[in-house]
Amino acid sequence: MRPFSYFIPASLQEALAIFQREGEGGRPIAGGTDLVVQLKEGGHKFPYPRYLVSVRRLPELRRLEWVEGEGLRLGAAVTMAEIEASPIVRERYLALAEGARVVGSRQTANMATVGGNLCNAAPSADTAPPLLVLGAKARILGPRGERLLPLEEFFLGPGRTVLEHGEVLVEVLLPPPLPRSASAYRRHTPRQCMDIAVVGVAAFLALDEAGEKIAEARIALGAVAPTPIRAHRAEALLVGRPASPEVLGEAALMAREEASPISDVRGSAQFRRYLVGVMTEAVLEEALSRARGR
Amino acid sequence: MPKQLIRLVVNGEGHEVAVEPWWSLLHVVREVIGLTGSKEGCGTGDCGACSMIVNGRLVTSCIFLALEADGAQVTTIEGIGGDKGLHPIQQAFVEEGAVQCGYCIPGMIVAAYDLLRQNPRPTLEEIRYALAGNLCRCTGYTKIYQAVLRAAEMMGG
Ligand SMILES: Cc1cc2nc3c(=O)[nH]c(=O)nc-3n(C[C@H](O)[C@H](O)[C@H](O)COP(=O)(O)OP(=O)(O)OC[C@H]3O[C@@H](n4cnc5c(N)ncnc54)[C@H](O)[C@@H]3O)c2cc1C
Ligand code: FES
Ligand code: FES
Repeated sequence: MRPFSYFIPASLQEALAIFQREGEGGRPIAGGTDLVVQLKEGGHKFPYPRYLVSVRRLPELRRLEWVEGEGLRLGAAVTMAEIEASPIVRERYLALAEGARVVGSRQTANMATVGGNLCNAAPSADTAPPLLVLGAKARILGPRGERLLPLEEFFLGPGRTVLEHGEVLVEVLLPPPLPRSASAYRRHTPRQCMDIAVVGVAAFLALDEAGEKIAEARIALGAVAPTPIRAHRAEALLVGRPASPEVLGEAALMAREEASPISDVRGSAQFRRYLVGVMTEAVLEEALSRARGR
Repeated sequence: MPKQLIRLVVNGEGHEVAVEPWWSLLHVVREVIGLTGSKEGCGTGDCGACSMIVNGRLVTSCIFLALEADGAQVTTIEGIGGDKGLHPIQQAFVEEGAVQCGYCIPGMIVAAYDLLRQNPRPTLEEIRYALAGNLCRCTGYTKIYQAVLRAAEMMGG
């Protein structure tokens, strides 16, 4: 790695002040599992940083907290291992635990943070589709104050987000789960571990009071577009309809159309599109059977 | 920026080291402190040969910046078995013939040690999952997994 300066602030206030003082050319660093590798190998989509500001121990970014009536506050510097082990995440936001569980190895999961996963903005980021279907909002703090954005609006392209210089993703807010609802995430990889998603699919379903019709539906796709995306048209096909295999199948076909995959070493565009159909159907079925079990 | 001073405890022994911000913990442990049991395979977090336990968490030290280890308790392979004798996990690796060239083995042992301290009686599946971040180019893994099962037995888990 080429030289850079490194700051370890004790508070979020201090971190923001460092960006102000030092000016352009700085970046936050959390677990470093993307950033350190990129600085060693290249492959980063930004100029080589002049300085890094460590955010991994900032108390404001380390919260993993259920707030009654508000939902879950998930600090950006919470690690994959901590998310996966959290009883509240497993109980109420299972898709997120499933996404966190597949990130790298045990070693990776102990370092990698959810904020880093989102800010690195890989189309294949494994916590992105789960957080999209769980209705996440991103809380950002920076020189111009605070911004609270739906996660859909956070990603701009591969490696690109709305974050500007000096802005820090503080936390992700998840609304409390609806009654009779559940979520699921799966990814396709040739290897079970230590691999990057060829396709990732997350789904969230909520049933009506009778448990027959779909009251709310969200589907999100990873690695099939320049950013993780929602499949809005597929979702629209589900809402208000009976929770039947036929209806889920229709939505899965629509999700295929909404994907715009590319061909690369991990799979051809055609294969990815095919996978979106198969996997969306399976993930919807999983979410449905979980929702029925509640 | 001048080098920054960090203090860390490696295998129970305190060290004070002046580090550059871009140095990895692996670099400091091998090149400055002189403990060369931990290996660098890939340098990018993919192979696990550099595995260490930092403040109770298994990490790949090649992508763990040394500055972030300021104040940390670090366990390396030298802290698990050494001059005093082999650790039961190492003994099990020897008895099962789980070692060929040996390059991956320090990382394997550290990762297995981390697993067994949290889960003293792991299933084969749990071992495979726990060691998924440790690559071995020689053995084909079967004997490594057998060795970990045997170590669990030997350690009375
Ligand atoms: C061996 C290995 C396997 C991997 N496997 C997977 C996998 O299966 N699935 C997957 O999705 N990823 C995988 N990754 C990628 C990586 O581990 C994850 O994306 C991880 O979550 C990144 O988090 P981090 O804390 O390490 O981020 P860092 O590397 O610290 O940061 C990543 C980026 O986000 C920015 N950033 C970090 N935190 C903030 C913040 N709070 N506010 C603003 N900007 C911020 C940084 O400036 C940087 O650009 C793997 C990486 C390795 C090394
Ligand atoms: S050398 Fe660190 S993971 Fe390969
Ligand atoms: S024994 Fe040679 S790499 Fe594992």
